[in-house]
Amino acid sequence: MKRLTVLLLCVSAAALADEADYDLARSAMVDELRQYARAAGDVELGEAVLTAMETVRRHALIPASERPFAYQNRPLPIGHGQTISQPYIVALMTELVEPDAGDSVLEVGTGSGYQAAVLAELVDHVYSIEIIEPLAERATADLASLGYRNVTTKLGDGYFGWEEHAPFDAIVVTAAASHVPPPLIEQLKPGGRMVIPVGGRFAVQQLLLLEKTEDGEIVNRQIAAVRFVPLTGGR
Amino acid sequence: MRRVLIATALVSAGAIGYELLLMRTLSIVQWHHFAYMIISLALLGYGASGTFIALSRSWLAQRFEQAFSASALLFSVAMLVSFVFAQRVPFNALEVIWDWRQLVYLGFVYLIFFVPFFFAACCIGLALTFRRSAVAQIYFSDLLGAGLGAVLIIILLFVLLPQHALLLLMTLPLLASILVALRPVLRLRLVVMQLVWSAAIVLGFTQNWPDLRISEYISEYKGLSQALEVVDSRVLSEASSPLGLITVIDSPAVPIRHAPGLSFNTRHIPPPQLGVFTDADAMSVITRFDGDFDAVAYLGDVTAALPYALLEQPRVLVLGAGGGSDVLLALYHGASRVDAVELNPQMTALIEDEYAEFAGRLYDDPRVLVHTDEARGFVAKSDTRYDLVHLGLLDSFAASGAGVQALNESYIYTVEALTDYLEHTAPGGILAITRWLKLPPRDSLKLAAIATEALTRQGVDDPGRRLVLIRSWDTSTLLVKNGDFSDTEIDSIREFAQARSFDTAYFPGIHRTDTNRFNRLREPYFHDGIVALIGDDADDFIDRYKFRIEPATDDRPYFFHFFKWATLPEVLALRKAGGAGLIEWGYLILAATLLQALVAGLLLIVLPLLRAARDWPAGTASRAGSYFLLLGLAFLFVEIAFIQKFILFLSHPLYSVAVVLSGFLIFAGAGSAWSARLARRYADGSHVPVAIAVGGIVVLALAYVFLLTTVFEFFIGAGDVTKIVLSVALIAPLAFCMGMPFPLGLRRLAATAPGFIPWAWGANGFASVVSAVLASLLAIQFGFTFVILLALVLYSIAALVFAAGDGHTQAGRS
Repeated sequence: MKRLTVLLLCVSAAALADEADYDLARSAMVDELRQYARAAGDVELGEAVLTAMETVRRHALIPASERPFAYQNRPLPIGHGQTISQPYIVALMTELVEPDAGDSVLEVGTGSGYQAAVLAELVDHVYSIEIIEPLAERATADLASLGYRNVTTKLGDGYFGWEEHAPFDAIVVTAAASHVPPPLIEQLKPGGRMVIPVGGRFAVQQLLLLEKTEDGEIVNRQIAAVRFVPLTGGR
Repeated sequence: MRRVLIATALVSAGAIGYELLLMRTLSIVQWHHFAYMIISLALLGYGASGTFIALSRSWLAQRFEQAFSASALLFSVAMLVSFVFAQRVPFNALEVIWDWRQLVYLGFVYLIFFVPFFFAACCIGLALTFRRSAVAQIYFSDLLGAGLGAVLIIILLFVLLPQHALLLLMTLPLLASILVALRPVLRLRLVVMQLVWSAAIVLGFTQNWPDLRISEYISEYKGLSQALEVVDSRVLSEASSPLGLITVIDSPAVPIRHAPGLSFNTRHIPPPQLGVFTDADAMSVITRFDGDFDAVAYLGDVTAALPYALLEQPRVLVLGAGGGSDVLLALYHGASRVDAVELNPQMTALIEDEYAEFAGRLYDDPRVLVHTDEARGFVAKSDTRYDLVHLGLLDSFAASGAGVQALNESYIYTVEALTDYLEHTAPGGILAITRWLKLPPRDSLKLAAIATEALTRQGVDDPGRRLVLIRSWDTSTLLVKNGDFSDTEIDSIREFAQARSFDTAYFPGIHRTDTNRFNRLREPYFHDGIVALIGDDADDFIDRYKFRIEPATDDRPYFFHFFKWATLPEVLALRKAGGAGLIEWGYLILAATLLQALVAGLLLIVLPLLRAARDWPAGTASRAGSYFLLLGLAFLFVEIAFIQKFILFLSHPLYSVAVVLSGFLIFAGAGSAWSARLARRYADGSHVPVAIAVGGIVVLALAYVFLLTTVFEFFIGAGDVTKIVLSVALIAPLAFCMGMPFPLGLRRLAATAPGFIPWAWGANGFASVVSAVLASLLAIQFGFTFVILLALVLYSIAALVFAAGDGHTQAGRS
């Protein structure tokens, strides 16, 4: 019994050390994001979003094999052919929806639950839909164990949104789609914003930002994640 | 001796069959360019076998039969073992930019596939080294076997699943092993192993080993794997052929709704669809249709619908019909006739037979005529003129976005192709091409550049009067008209775009303020790009653009190649700041493959060769080494470049590979066999036979460079059989000459420095690997004609090097 107690103490001490290491790594990652944000130009990352990024324990939402890379600014595989987005892209997407404390947000494509967790730090409630069963189960459990009571998840088709909780102040679509589902546009409040990353699993190309004006018109901005001018200077 | 010759042919057939089979299976489980990379490197086994034989020559000399037989058996075993093991390496191509471990995994894959090719090459190298009196016949057997093997695997892939084709291929080297082991009293162990392995292959046929099923190993990041992760989704059917593995899936809980370029303003939801994946990616769909066009009204709200806003009951040609979406689009818009062209008959059969009910018997509609043909070939043969020629969107966004198609030659999007299409439009008719939208713009601008060039070549003074480009957030549709757009048409285009919140990027008379209104970019890049491309400073714009957008031509058919070296440092620096999507991977991978091949070749062949150089008469290593290196480079340059030229003529990638590759190999084999007779007419080791062969190559290849286009144009409308016979007749004399220099070189070595023969074999093998990669890199940069001309220069230098050895040969003998 004595031995067991010693062993448990050792294990928890190691775990504490890990947590402290993760905290440090997370702070370093946020510092890195701050630098990139200055260079990028198109979108300025606000302190609220950066604080949320500094709070959410990304390592607790990814498979154990990927934890050593949890706070590197890169996408990581989470199984089932899905990835957790690069933190920089998550921060940009969060910034683009302009989250407010009273907002109700719909997420289509829960994945690891990381984007939902970051949003949950900033808004009133996040509703998240996932189409891959094991991912939905894992994210639901992980988010609960991290104490996010303002995230509700479900397994199902995100194409038709989540009628009973609509309309939403913001919608984040992280699942790939050939078009923006019309029902999602309907479930967006006037003045609301929808963000969709476009590109491959490991390389987002651009971010799509749809804004619904007060009179219901849709305006869309295509935002490159980086400042990149396609022409070299004149000769 | 005859048994050795047959065994050599069997091993050679097995090796090329295995190479093509791996290319097929790796394209399914991974992506095409990685398949290419892995196989190129694995072929270094050919080079390394030469080194191995040279270093163990005296030991092997006593045991030729055993060594050959054992190598053939090990080749057969390694074909299976490597196949199974390689699939277990957790290599993820997409993660290479982020995770260094992926490079280690890739290294493992190389090593694993290196093994079978090493053993195969050992057999041939052994035969050339220890049966050197018959080098010409052995080389003939090697080439003949390879030629027949290429045809065999294409036939096998039509009738068998890849795993069964593998088992059948494995029997070829096993037979070779048994054949060579028949005469001498061989070790019992070898015979027992042959028997055990024969039993294992038979067992493999009868038991459907799950370890061999390639569907088990498909990358989880490919479209098919991802679709199958969705709750309740399932595979409905599979069909396999050398043209691709087609998988149809259904997803009842979360229906597939694929509608690229659908307007935000639409009120119409696409009906559920079946997903049709080719090689586990590139999804097209079969849309559920019950004859009620209201149920597919979303088709009126995609960018691809634009030409129908300008045409009344058009006669439409759909190039690349896939799952029938664009045929449905045409019928929805009241087309009076639709000619649908699809290359893959298995794809057509899905809509005609298996899922005909689901698709609403689309292809039974009296207005629809389906043609199983390649797009360019069909257009070239057709006399019909259409109101609309429609090129649909058949590749996936992910493939398009990641630049993975950069290495694929595409004769669909070239200046000559667009010229052909335009010539098949009626006066006032339209060519419409829809592409995924990339940012910063790439495809759309390159297409506009191609269209501008095609119109200019047709003698159109102001191409800008005939172009229109609209875009949604994810697609763009380019219209090229056979005639100027009228004001009324321009009004219709503006109306169509505005109602659907599509942006007009270009139409004749557009103002900058007409652009970038609904899907806003930082700058109206598409508009500015097209205006520059139709203006006087187009060349300067293309030059200054950070991606390669100069028009693709039949000589440089790389539409998907957008890479520029100058842009690389900038995009790499932006990688972590969200710029990973800017990197065009295909070309980089090709360059990396070349670099790896050079390093591996240096370690496996050149360094050991330098150490052993002192064993031969002075200058032999450098002279003979460079002679065989040059031949290896030049042979494949010519072969690859002419395969490309014939692809266009035979208008079918499989026919051309089968006919051209086999034709080249078999006639080169015949040339090799005949070279011995030619050599006997001259003094031993004389340079004259090589000079004759190289002279023949230069004259014929030059004649083809200048005359082939005319010959092809004359016969393009002929039937398949005529075209195949003509192709073989054209290839035969050139290949015949190309088969001679290698055995003539070996013949001289056999007399002067027999110890160098395995090195020659290794150097030639190494050069072939480098050559395949280099040919693609050079063709991308300078075009296939340049590759042929360069090959002729290399052949000529080889002949000079050979001639320079004349004096030494005499001195060596005296």
